[in-house]
Amino acid sequence: MTFEYAPAPESRAIVTIKPKYGHFINGSFVAGKKHFPSINPATEEVLSQIALGGVSDVDKAVLAAQKAYTKTWSKLSGKERGKYLYRIARILQERSREFAVLETLDNGKPIRETRDIDIPLVAAHFFYHAGWADKLDYAGLGHSPQPYGVAGQIIPWNFPLLMLAWKVAPALATGNTVVLKPAETTSLTALLFAEVCQQAELPDGVVNIVTGDGSTGAAIVNHPGIHKIAFTGSTEVGKKIARAISATDKKATLELGGKGANIVFDDAPVDETVEGIVNGIFFNQGHVCCAGSRLILQESIADEIIDKLKVRMAKIRVGDPLDKNTDLGAINSKEQLVKIKELSAIGDVEGAERWSPQCNLSDKGFWFAPTIFTGVTQAHRIAREEIFGPVLSVLTFRTPQEGIDKANNTPFGLSAGIWSEKGSRIFWASQHLKAGVIWANTFNKFDPASPFGGYKESGWGREGGKHGLAAYLKTGKETGAK
Amino acid sequence: MSFYGLVDGTEKSLTNFLDQLSGVDQVGAESRAAMLATRSIKTTSKKWAIDTAISMVDLTTLEGADTPGKVRALCSKAVRPDPTDPTVPSVGAVCVYNDMVKIARTHLDAIGGTHVPVAAVSTAFPSGRASMEVKIQDTQDAINAGAAEIDMVIDRGAFLAGKYGLVFDEIVKIREVCGDRAHLKVIFETGELVTYDNVRKASYLAMLAGADFIKTSTGKVAPAATPPVVLVMLEAVRDFYTLTQRRIGVKPAGGIRTTKDAVKQLVLVNETAGPDWLTPDLFRIGASALLNDLLMQRMKMSDGYYASPHYVTID
Amino acid sequence: MATKRESRVEVKKTYKLYINGAFPRSESGRVFEVTSKNGSFIANPALASRKDLRDAVTAARAAQSGWAKATAYNRGQILYRIAEMLEGRAEQFQSEVALTGQVTPAKAKAIVEQAIDRWVWYAGWSDKLQALSGATNPVAGPYFNFTISEPLGVVAIASSDSFIDFIDAVAAAIVSGNSSVVLVPGALAVPAMSFAEVLATSDLPAGVINILTGSLDELAPWAASHMDIDGLDISGIAKKQHGALKEAGAENLKRIHAFGPDQTPSRILAFMESKTVWHSVGV
Repeated sequence: MTFEYAPAPESRAIVTIKPKYGHFINGSFVAGKKHFPSINPATEEVLSQIALGGVSDVDKAVLAAQKAYTKTWSKLSGKERGKYLYRIARILQERSREFAVLETLDNGKPIRETRDIDIPLVAAHFFYHAGWADKLDYAGLGHSPQPYGVAGQIIPWNFPLLMLAWKVAPALATGNTVVLKPAETTSLTALLFAEVCQQAELPDGVVNIVTGDGSTGAAIVNHPGIHKIAFTGSTEVGKKIARAISATDKKATLELGGKGANIVFDDAPVDETVEGIVNGIFFNQGHVCCAGSRLILQESIADEIIDKLKVRMAKIRVGDPLDKNTDLGAINSKEQLVKIKELSAIGDVEGAERWSPQCNLSDKGFWFAPTIFTGVTQAHRIAREEIFGPVLSVLTFRTPQEGIDKANNTPFGLSAGIWSEKGSRIFWASQHLKAGVIWANTFNKFDPASPFGGYKESGWGREGGKHGLAAYLKTGKETGAK
Repeated sequence: MSFYGLVDGTEKSLTNFLDQLSGVDQVGAESRAAMLATRSIKTTSKKWAIDTAISMVDLTTLEGADTPGKVRALCSKAVRPDPTDPTVPSVGAVCVYNDMVKIARTHLDAIGGTHVPVAAVSTAFPSGRASMEVKIQDTQDAINAGAAEIDMVIDRGAFLAGKYGLVFDEIVKIREVCGDRAHLKVIFETGELVTYDNVRKASYLAMLAGADFIKTSTGKVAPAATPPVVLVMLEAVRDFYTLTQRRIGVKPAGGIRTTKDAVKQLVLVNETAGPDWLTPDLFRIGASALLNDLLMQRMKMSDGYYASPHYVTID
Repeated sequence: MATKRESRVEVKKTYKLYINGAFPRSESGRVFEVTSKNGSFIANPALASRKDLRDAVTAARAAQSGWAKATAYNRGQILYRIAEMLEGRAEQFQSEVALTGQVTPAKAKAIVEQAIDRWVWYAGWSDKLQALSGATNPVAGPYFNFTISEPLGVVAIASSDSFIDFIDAVAAAIVSGNSSVVLVPGALAVPAMSFAEVLATSDLPAGVINILTGSLDELAPWAASHMDIDGLDISGIAKKQHGALKEAGAENLKRIHAFGPDQTPSRILAFMESKTVWHSVGV
């Protein structure tokens, strides 16, 4: 008896994609000059033509944002700013299915994830931050903390609309205006978000969206009218930004890469741990900065966990992202697929043992089967470098301290997981782990009230919670007083 | 009795075995069950799931007010759930109190239902509060009357007091009474055991003691067969098979009222224990009202429009 | 002969109590009269009895644990939706506040707008309170020590006759997860019952807010001595009567507070309890 799941596709009819987009500046869409195609990574179908923003487009956007700041946004009370954010949150909830389908088409991630995780979190971020707008006196930053003015924001392709929410919501709540550049391969939900701003009657110029590539991002970073930068992306580019602004007084928050350690002790709740491991590295195709990409198993339980993990991985459904039963969608781009394949090949060469379940992968689109490498040690490149794909490196440890030391033995410091049924051990481990986000008996959980960000080369600053507001508000030193 | 070579029949050996089982994280188990509940089962797979679910229903009446007439009506429905559509499969079994077994068996045989077994609840169902002699007699009466399946209840008081040996011994004794004339389902009453750790322990305890099926509930206590509880039990039978090469069945009972609920259960089986369990020999659903909802959904699948309760029989 | 055009006869509202999501009359059958400035009749709101208060407290108690278990996000969403519905009915509230509060339409408009904005302000606190009042505490030992604030339980509110004070008191009491019984005096009964209608059609679970219209001179002392009420907001009672109420409340050590007109998170925290947990830290 087999129980085959018939195709259960979500309809695309709910979303209308224009054949070509410009930029969203000063409350309206303005035509772009040059364009590049944005494709559906599951089918390689061209979805639309996206404008390549140049220096002059960025300049227009910054001017619009500055004007909106001085003439309108800075004159509104927090109470009134908050009400715009509430409107945006509610409209996002109303149009949530439309956004979920569009995100799946543009990014390649499964509709189940966009529908159940991405889009609800997007609305929640706006809702949460709406309530801070008139309560900044209570944020622990002193009385009446002041915004910077115009924030330049550059976001990645792995959670396009969610990363937009993480940037725009706190920036607006704290009184800043925004020039935001979505990632090259995933601009469509940001452009649809511009419509939401219009429906919410957000004053012109408060949010501006300039699409493009790395050069567009550089134009934002280098613009003299932007004093506050927020970037999420690779550590490599984060360092470039840090160098670029080093001689200026520009402030930046950086949310960069990771090589998260998922540490399993021998008293872990086994079945839920296996789920947590799968969630940790295969959720969002492993395109997650905080992914649990290193599984660090106590040696005494290693065989049992690996056996169960393989059985569980065989149940992962890889396929059409628009099918409601798909668990693992497409890799976002050809470039990323090449990187994943290259690093995996290195894993083979380094002597780790590769295993994937049998998968029927379409030859159109960009696909990679869920993969584990066992027999990995700290001296392997696949234990040190971020693969950013559905590839798990499995290492072992003997004693708790050794497990912690291996987890910390990395220039990254974004996330870690702890699996144990012993409370004291969990708190002990969390005290010793050098990671900005630690999950105990769970993984990949996000909430607007929960601060997120990394130690060491995983970046600067936090997003979410009371702590996340600080990035967008000047404290005494930054007001320019000598 | 070898108990699969895993315990030696003493309480000490049993307790040691149960203590070394991994715990269950409540949040993790519930979120896995919730994720599986999002599976979208449509068209051909939904048709298959409906017919499979019908064939797995243990059609049940367990009322103090049961009469021969009520039981006969149930049996007719069990054999031919839809009198207008002979393609509808018979259910998995009929489930009644032991003094109704003879009536059920006789009637089933008379109407062409010899292939439908009679399951009897036993051992002072539902409370389980009686002497061992009474429980044994209860079981023997049912088997002598023609029951091919016995659904016994465990002593929850003993379980919660940590007297695992007592619970174990009762199951072993009832298994002996069943011999090879009846298969044994062991009911945990998971609503009274409360924690998933207890459900896991009870699952292993019952399987080691000789259960052929492990069953969630009597249907008299809520919560009953919630998805996370069934998930934990399916994980237990899956792992028990790895240990012993023996497949034990699972029966959720209580609270499964709609086709959606039933399909969710089949998804749980499919993605936990695996497709080998998708047969009435290894998975049953204890229910009564569910059958009509399955029939109405089946009508919709073939007719293309929503059915009405007028077009299914009330019994 | 030309037919005379009739002037339409209005369908007037009957005023009852709001208990457990429904609108029962007072079990005592009593009512009181509300008139306008020039003495013309407006309404006969119910005059709540001691038994009504008892029923309201029972409903509030039953609803409280479910409300407290909802996520802070969910409570904030429900409160925000109530604000959306208040905004939709702003004109109705404005005319009721003008009529019964004996203020000009312009003043009534300002009052209603302020009340809605205040409600939104309190709604936004639900998922931020812990950032304010919670803490992890650096104790001198190998322990993880944290403090969280939890809602008190059932809070009774003796409202003044001002619509803004009424809104403030209710929002502050329930946003953290308390349930409440609101005692509403005099002409405020009219807009308060429109508010009850908003609640009844919102997603707020039945029993989280209960509204009893009537006489504070009767209701407040009964509430002060009721042993299943955990907190009491006496902002609407004259200061000289506070002593007697506090004395009665001492029987179960009710948390009794009176607040001024400012919006402040202290008003929320006053009806919460803090819990501190120690957990050993070790391998």
